[in-house]
Amino acid sequence: MLFVGIGGIFGAITRFLLGKWITRKTPGFLPFGTWFINLSGSFILGLLAVLHLGKVIPDWTWLLCGTGFLGAYTTFSTFGYETIQMMQNKEIKKALFYVSSSVVLGVFFAWIGGYIGDSL
Amino acid sequence: MNVLAVGTGGFIGAILRYSVGRVISTPSGFPFGTLVINLLGCLFLAWFFTITAKRLNINANLKLAIGTGFTGAFTTFSTFSVETLNLLRSNQILIALVYVLVSILGGITLALLGAKLASINVQGERQPKGETK
Repeated sequence: MLFVGIGGIFGAITRFLLGKWITRKTPGFLPFGTWFINLSGSFILGLLAVLHLGKVIPDWTWLLCGTGFLGAYTTFSTFGYETIQMMQNKEIKKALFYVSSSVVLGVFFAWIGGYIGDSL
Repeated sequence: MNVLAVGTGGFIGAILRYSVGRVISTPSGFPFGTLVINLLGCLFLAWFFTITAKRLNINANLKLAIGTGFTGAFTTFSTFSVETLNLLRSNQILIALVYVLVSILGGITLALLGAKLASINVQGERQPKGETK
């Protein structure tokens, strides 16, 4: 459980700092920070899940990096909050694009990660 | 200090997610744990960010610790993606679709509800106090 917590510390901090940096560097019409974080996290977790399933990485690495770090790095609540903010601003098309691209690409990148993990 | 606040929240959020996920077992293979966690997180975060923006004055670091750190780390998108992928891979297409739709539509509905609850409180406070029971 401590592995999960320690991973959580660094995952949350990385999300916070990287999110702020991306938000500064990108145009504000989409929450690119959360978008990039959730997609990149899905990719790496897809890779780690396959490695853990194939016993390439031990349980503690999975708990630290997968459950702890990547679980805390990516976020569903901010994703939801950003979506309703767009809806409240009547930016329905934007919200629809944000949600569908996050979900479809999230699964797609997790699949790519798993594919790479399988071929390692 | 900012970073420390986010990290502390992240520590607690990740451990709580892990613990709740273990308590809510998934005998059918449906990822109930992540679903419940993500839905609760959406409700709470929208309520929390709305109420702290409109009414409640709290310390900026405490807000970062609870909102960005704790709730952000409690909920997770990467597990949601991988679980959906696993359902698709094991040919449980319909279950995968239900999981995605309930997560997304439920998350949005609960976030809207959370924001509304926080706003209702604001109006209630402005109104003069009615009769006491």
